[in-house]
Amino acid sequence: MGDARLSLPVRKAAITHISSDLATQISMTERFASDVIDGQRLLDLYRRMVLSRTVDERVWMLNRQGKAAIVASAQGHEAAQMGSAAALRAGDDHFYIYYRDLAVLVGLGMTAKQIMLGFQAKAGEPMSGARQFPLHGGYPQLKIVNLSNVVGTQIPQAVGSALACKMRGQNSVTICYFGDGAASVGDCHEGMNFAAIHKLPIIFFCENNKYAISVPLSKQMAVDTIASRAEGYGMKGVVVDGTDVTPVYQATAEAAALARAGGGPTLIEAVVERYLPHTSDDDDSRYRDKDELEEARKHDPLILLKERLMDGGILTEQIYEEYLREAKREVDEATDYVEALPYPDPNDFFEHVYAYQEGESSL
Amino acid sequence: MREEMSRDDRVFVMGEDIGARGGVFLATDGFYEHFGEERVIDTPLAESSIAGIALGAAMNGLRPIAEIEFADFIYPTFNQIIGEAARVRYGSKGSLSVPMVIRAPYGGGVRGGLYHSQSVETFFAHTPGLKVVAPATPYDAKGLLKSSIRDEDPVIFLEHKRTYRLVQGEVPDHEYLVTLGKADVKMEGDDVTVFTYGLMLHHCLEAARQVAREGISVEIVDLRSIRPLDNETILSSAKKTGKVLIVHEDTKALGVGAEVSAIISEQAFEHLDSPIKRVTGPEVPAMPFSPSLEDVFMPDSDRIVTAIQELAVY
Amino acid sequence: MGFCATNDLYGELVRKVLNMKIELPQVGESVTEGVIGKWLKEVGDRVEKYDPLVEVVTDKVNMEMPSPVSGELTSILVSEGKTVLMGAVIAEIAVDGDDEHATDALKEPIPDTLEPSQADRIGTLLKDVSPVGPTGSGGHISEGPVVQRYSPAVSRLAAEHGIDLSRITGTGMGGRVTRNDVMAVVGSQVESDPTSTGVSETDNVEVVPLTPIRRTIAENMIRSATQIPQAWTMMEVDVTNLVNLREKFRLEFKRTHGVNLTYMPFTLQAVAASLKDHPGVNSSWGNNSIILKHRINIGVAVASDAGLVVPVIHDTDLLDVAGLAVAVDDLARRVRDGKLSLSDVQDSTFTINNTGVFGSVIGKPLINPPEAAIMNTEAVIKRPVVIDDEIVVRSIMNLCLTFDHRVLDGAEAGAFLKSVKSRLESIDSDNIV
Repeated sequence: MGDARLSLPVRKAAITHISSDLATQISMTERFASDVIDGQRLLDLYRRMVLSRTVDERVWMLNRQGKAAIVASAQGHEAAQMGSAAALRAGDDHFYIYYRDLAVLVGLGMTAKQIMLGFQAKAGEPMSGARQFPLHGGYPQLKIVNLSNVVGTQIPQAVGSALACKMRGQNSVTICYFGDGAASVGDCHEGMNFAAIHKLPIIFFCENNKYAISVPLSKQMAVDTIASRAEGYGMKGVVVDGTDVTPVYQATAEAAALARAGGGPTLIEAVVERYLPHTSDDDDSRYRDKDELEEARKHDPLILLKERLMDGGILTEQIYEEYLREAKREVDEATDYVEALPYPDPNDFFEHVYAYQEGESSL
Repeated sequence: MREEMSRDDRVFVMGEDIGARGGVFLATDGFYEHFGEERVIDTPLAESSIAGIALGAAMNGLRPIAEIEFADFIYPTFNQIIGEAARVRYGSKGSLSVPMVIRAPYGGGVRGGLYHSQSVETFFAHTPGLKVVAPATPYDAKGLLKSSIRDEDPVIFLEHKRTYRLVQGEVPDHEYLVTLGKADVKMEGDDVTVFTYGLMLHHCLEAARQVAREGISVEIVDLRSIRPLDNETILSSAKKTGKVLIVHEDTKALGVGAEVSAIISEQAFEHLDSPIKRVTGPEVPAMPFSPSLEDVFMPDSDRIVTAIQELAVY
Repeated sequence: MGFCATNDLYGELVRKVLNMKIELPQVGESVTEGVIGKWLKEVGDRVEKYDPLVEVVTDKVNMEMPSPVSGELTSILVSEGKTVLMGAVIAEIAVDGDDEHATDALKEPIPDTLEPSQADRIGTLLKDVSPVGPTGSGGHISEGPVVQRYSPAVSRLAAEHGIDLSRITGTGMGGRVTRNDVMAVVGSQVESDPTSTGVSETDNVEVVPLTPIRRTIAENMIRSATQIPQAWTMMEVDVTNLVNLREKFRLEFKRTHGVNLTYMPFTLQAVAASLKDHPGVNSSWGNNSIILKHRINIGVAVASDAGLVVPVIHDTDLLDVAGLAVAVDDLARRVRDGKLSLSDVQDSTFTINNTGVFGSVIGKPLINPPEAAIMNTEAVIKRPVVIDDEIVVRSIMNLCLTFDHRVLDGAEAGAFLKSVKSRLESIDSDNIV
């Protein structure tokens, strides 16, 4: 791409606030890095990122073996997903995710087995009973909703969730994840507009990997940042380096605090890299430079965090090896376990079309 | 609605011009003052988000009643209603549900032209996961609306604009419900069954009174629910008379009449004593504006009388 | 293939054409079928044109069907007792070579089929063939009878109740057998079919199979009773003058006209005149309309050994009393002799039923469909009546009228009957008009 966002300085200006209140862009990286998230928490996030990456690589392989029909990889998005999820209250706040948000689920505590069930479409899959693509459906225990493959569709729904939180007097926040592609959808505009009007407790979290499948940002929008649109709605907008977990965590924590305080929504744009094609059915060599990908690989969020933790003496080579081993063991076990399971029983095929089956009273 | 909002504080209304204006058809007149702006939400002109936000609120424990100002403006909501709301329960294997009502004034005969006259029931009725209701009388409207609000699934509640003023009837003040998915035999008869709903019910009743003078005894079944259809009542009445007419204002091809007809030929074929006939709106994209053109579109009691007579002598 | 094959085909064709198919002729309105009675010729018999070929019973008449051609009866296709639709092929006759039907029939089909080899290659365009429908319907090429189509309900009911649909006369559009038609027959079977009431033949009962005419009467009466809403009214008529008149002219009339003078011609005359005044009584229910009939053809119900038949006096209103007496006598004689022709029983517009001959004084007749009314003439009885505050003995006859309440109301029916009554009462006992 070669535009400004690619050369965002990772440390100096990892968070960029854009709003009518803040005329100047303020770097907040250092303050939050020291104050809000401690080393042990970062280490835990790193462990989860390793697990997410391991699952991700495995399901991609399973796809190539013909054992997973479709994979949308989160590789390159882990820091943005993990950092934002970690800043919220699992089980209390609402997560409207989209198809690439594997690391959100791992961050919230879903196991490799649970996730593998979805990729192999096996009986017992927790989110949709394997009726949907992997990671889709609902997981009420963690207030996770991911209904649609129609990008942007979840945005008004997340706004509705936030409206309900406000009307019910709950102190919960709703975070709505979407990609840069969804930012062009009409529902995105309608949802953000409504949320801003009613100052709803919602965080619009855009994972900008700069491609809508194959269409680059330059053909998606004329503005420099998606977050700059926030001002048009009358809400706060922030751009963060999505390959760095710390600023993502901090920006999300701040947005959540604002939302809980009745200050309304925030639009966070996390600039990330997409290391693999759009999905396992896509071939990115038709539209992406090898050089560009190699450059992007240098910003791998896992490498970045590993180096930082090592530099800080929090992560050792021994712990690192153990994380890798443990992740591989968990994923191996999940893979074998799920592979041996049957597909869902077609006898349940007609269940859950309506709340009440034919003949039952609906009242 | 007022009763349900008083009864259950999870119920709220949202839509265009429903607040201070009280709705373009005054359905929410006085609500704003009574329940406050928190539960009577005036929305921007953005139909897709009206449906989408209602959907999200419903998944998060509320019971929204979203009003689409005219059914003709409902098309931007297709993705949220058909692509999403209908699939939530199925696509989450029952862990999520959408207790939501979408109200939409529909139908013609009001000089509404191409964008204020249309019937939209078939688009939604085609979709499993949704319920579609079209009351014809004030009594049914109240009972069905209350049932729709209390239902655990998304309900498209279609109110024929012309019945707002044209049809008056007894509405008890007391609490009552009309079960969704149950048709109602509005007139009993032996020679010909007419299946209909909405405004057309009243034209059918008028037609039945006319042919009664010729000795033709007509049974009129008000479907009330388009989805689910009341197969039991449809089949028993079709078997009773052996002759079936289906009347709706919506256009003919692939419409409600086609489905009712198919149900009968699949499950009551051996009871039929004549071909199944339909009287419907004609195959043009939408109802035109000028009175002379609109009259061509709208089925009336004369057309229904002719069809009944043809069946009676068949 | 060449010349030989073509020649053979021609010969085959000629043989086929010469072997003429004999169809049950279409007779009368609303008659769609007939029951084959006794065959009067056997296969192999020589048949002259107009020779009686077979007895046929329709719901109107027991007739002898004359042969349409001369030749040899080569096959009988419908056996005795079977019901067939009008137009159905019932026999084949090898016609004489010079018969005009045969030569006529030869003319058309030959050219089309003389060149079979060519036709085989490119197909033959058939003209006047009904088009094939979108789902494969239509396309009947045969010139056979129009086959009745039955609705699913009718087919199911017929199967459930073991009913031969070809025996039912349809009242639906184009003579279609409706569900109600079948239900009417079902209703009659439940009442009369011994097997359906659990009765089997024992020492105590004898099960008598229905004769065709009995069955036809039964079906007609079911139709009448189930499909026509019938109302009934009665009037007393003082026929003292008529009785005196008849007594006065009885012998002279017999000498002059050769037939007995009965009350019937007078009644016919009075009814015919009254029908003119009240055309609504001389009509039929037409579902969406009422069909008024310009001709007055009064049927007279006559008991015969076989059962009730109703010969018709066509244009009753054009005949005088003598003419009517002769006509009645003629019909009665031909009923007894079994010599009624089809036209004798067709096109009645009103029926008179002389129940008086059995001694009945009040009766309720059933309408003879599709007429709008039927009248009983009951027995003439001397009764004390009050005239000018004095009790006198007069001859009284009751007239009982059943009418189709769809067509007529009590007022018009009553006015009609009143009109008959006054005509009969005002007869001059000195003159036969």
